[in-house]
Amino acid sequence: MTAFVSLDGVRKRWSPATVVGPVSLEIARGEIVALLGPSGSGKTTVLRLLAGFETPDAGRIAIADEDVTALPPARRRCGMVFQHYALFPHLDVGENVAFGLAQIDRHGRDRKVAGALELVDLTGFERRKPHELSGGQQQRVALARALAPEPRVLLLDEPLSNLDPSLRERTRRELRAVIKRVGITTVFVTHEQEEAFDLGDRVGVLSRGRLEQVGTPDDLYERPASLFVATFVGRANVLQGPTARALGGSEGQVLVIRPEQLRFTDGGLPGLVRERRYTGAAAYYQVETEGGDRLEVVADPGAARVGDRVYVEALRVLAFREGHA
Amino acid sequence: MNSRLRPADRAAPDYWLMPHRDVRRILPRLSLTLLLAWLVLYPILVAVADAAHGDALGTFVSRTGEWAALWASVWVSLASVVLAAAIGVPLALLFEWLDFPGRKTLGSLVALPAVLPPFVGVIAFLFLYGESGFVARAVQGVFGLNRAPWRLQGAGAILLVHAYSMYVYFYLFTRAGLAKLDASLFEAAQALGAGRWQVLSRVTLPLLRPALAGAALLVFMTALGSFSAPYVFGGGFRVMTTQIVATKLNGELPLAMVETVALALVAIVGLAVLRRTEGDDLLTALGKGTAPRRRAIRRPAVRGLATAAGWLFATLLLLPHLTLALVSLVPYGSWTTEAVPPVLSLVNYQRLFGEPERLRPLVNSLWMAAVSTLAALLLALAAGALVGRRGPGGRGGRGGQFRGPIEALVALPWALPGTVFAIALAATFSVSSPLTLRWILVGTVLLLPLAYVVRNLPVTGRAVLAGYRQLDPAFAEAAASLGAGRWATLRRVTLPLLRPALAAGASLAFVTALGDFVTSIVLYTYDNRPISIEIMSSLRVSELGVAAAFGVILMVVSAVVLGLGARR
Repeated sequence: MTAFVSLDGVRKRWSPATVVGPVSLEIARGEIVALLGPSGSGKTTVLRLLAGFETPDAGRIAIADEDVTALPPARRRCGMVFQHYALFPHLDVGENVAFGLAQIDRHGRDRKVAGALELVDLTGFERRKPHELSGGQQQRVALARALAPEPRVLLLDEPLSNLDPSLRERTRRELRAVIKRVGITTVFVTHEQEEAFDLGDRVGVLSRGRLEQVGTPDDLYERPASLFVATFVGRANVLQGPTARALGGSEGQVLVIRPEQLRFTDGGLPGLVRERRYTGAAAYYQVETEGGDRLEVVADPGAARVGDRVYVEALRVLAFREGHA
Repeated sequence: MNSRLRPADRAAPDYWLMPHRDVRRILPRLSLTLLLAWLVLYPILVAVADAAHGDALGTFVSRTGEWAALWASVWVSLASVVLAAAIGVPLALLFEWLDFPGRKTLGSLVALPAVLPPFVGVIAFLFLYGESGFVARAVQGVFGLNRAPWRLQGAGAILLVHAYSMYVYFYLFTRAGLAKLDASLFEAAQALGAGRWQVLSRVTLPLLRPALAGAALLVFMTALGSFSAPYVFGGGFRVMTTQIVATKLNGELPLAMVETVALALVAIVGLAVLRRTEGDDLLTALGKGTAPRRRAIRRPAVRGLATAAGWLFATLLLLPHLTLALVSLVPYGSWTTEAVPPVLSLVNYQRLFGEPERLRPLVNSLWMAAVSTLAALLLALAAGALVGRRGPGGRGGRGGQFRGPIEALVALPWALPGTVFAIALAATFSVSSPLTLRWILVGTVLLLPLAYVVRNLPVTGRAVLAGYRQLDPAFAEAAASLGAGRWATLRRVTLPLLRPALAAGASLAFVTALGDFVTSIVLYTYDNRPISIEIMSSLRVSELGVAAAFGVILMVVSAVVLGLGARR
């Protein structure tokens, strides 16, 4: 594979204490990459560096083998969907979508606007004003506007964070369908793991300005490269000391165990069920060990009751060396 | 697929050498800062230098008249604050809390004095309450007196005009503050056992403090710089603004400089003291809730009384405007001793528009107001574009360099009375010395519009900078990501979005320049004499009708322009 978008040692320094990068990342043509991380991890900065709104202090950014590091945003041909959409309130939907088509004659422009609106299922909405639309419709107009000039890369900044939770899942599926239909190389930023896993072909996890790991959702969950990735992605029991050793760890190791990789048995680490949270198909149990550690175990809803004395064993553990966060 | 993690790059970027793009970023800011400094700060420094020169300072200190004028300026300004608050705050409470027939109409009528340019307001008062005004004539007629019952002169007269024209600040600020209050705050206080007066004194007023302090500051500064009222009604009672102009007319220029600097110092001290009382705007921090519901007055008798009182008050407020309109219809020499003018006609307006010499002042005022507003708007836009933008994603980064100096320079003319700037500009541009950036502009038509630009800068600057601050930086970024360059973004996105702020700032600036008297009287020439000066000359030769007609035109144009500016 040759990279269509590549960041090579890109670094941005906000202050001596806050530095993003160096980040290196290669993205294939047509691939959807999610940048996932807690707030302040630098994921938005990486996106803005790609868009050209920030200039890196070091490193190189290339799109389709063209060095765009010093190119202003207007000449990068990156479509962007902003967190709050940034639809121009003084223009109607049609004018918003046509904004990036200034170079094209009127007829061609109208055709492209209609095409872009059809893509997001908003045909006939041309003369509406942004404030007359629902949040989901605004999001789709923002997407149509970004795609209309046929950019080389699509950038999305927390594209679903402004929507009702009930709307998010459906919009996510539609978003992925549109992107795949257009076949455009896409980078998007999110702090929600479910969103990243659902939308991204690959996910890059950022922490404190560093790209910790890039991989498929399975990779990140099953084979996390660091303790941070292991704990940030998915639910995890983080254990040290005697409890860790009782579950198969050795001296100086931190164990990360997914709740579904723990189970109740007849013999193993003893503990007391403190809480039980019922979710329908399964239940989450909080088990307190004799050492005072708490373990989260997923099991059958009928496996135990609060106050029961149980024994726990681990099916699979992820081991990290102590002190390597 | 490969993704690599690399160790930290080796060479740290060189912060010592300024890269090309940083020079390009700093140069426009530096240029704007220098231009503003030349326009706003430099004349003040020249005035200070001139004042320190020679023995004028000694003269100032030794003359008791100077100290009396300075003290008069201070106490008249403070008394104006008290009077304006005494009228404006209760009115605001009334309109915001009680409901009675005609509340909405009256509520906007109450803001009317704001539409009257200061000098026009003063002559309207003269026609109404002056020695030979309607009220005095009526009293004279009713009681059969053989001379006017009073003379509208001295500190009392000045305070009357100030109270009339400046309570609007307290009224508007208090209403805005009250509108931000959350009903649950009052309910919480009541639930904790506070009675009506306790709620007012322990909750309402403390929360209104920033609004009240803001209004007090505005009234104090306006009163301190007020020139029209003391000029027309002062008589032997001098405040600093009239004292300065009198000294200048006497030809004692160095002394006028010292007086100017003294007045500027009082303004700065007043500003500093009043700023400290402002405190934090707790209401904004609390966020907006639901405003308390207005209480309808139930008892019919009380309701009728309140309504009648309201309309009576509104009529009282409208009287100056009506008087002006009436006097403008009185032909020259047709009204002598009668209580009401016997003849009314449009002859004054016909002469005004028919004779080119009469029309000149109107044309002069219009072009100078238009040009100075445009210039002040362009300077404000430059300031906004260079330092007004919010940093992306909540980061303050971009505003950075020169933001403080540029914002301070834009605001400075507001902090100093108009007379101060007029005198300072006259002193600065009466010398030809291109090396020190001074040219002879005194006696040319350019100096007055230049002074208007300086005076208008805070008005347009405040509006445009506020507009920029409210602008989501994502709009400009969205435009850039869609291929729009810097100018296209300005034209297609930023300017349309700033339109309300631009219109508000421009209309206010235009109206201020159009009605200006303070700076005009110091800097006008025959060729650019503005309306206010023409009104004054008409009064001198007793052409009251023509003066009033000019006043009416000024009032109508101001109202129309302000109305246009307030349109969303």
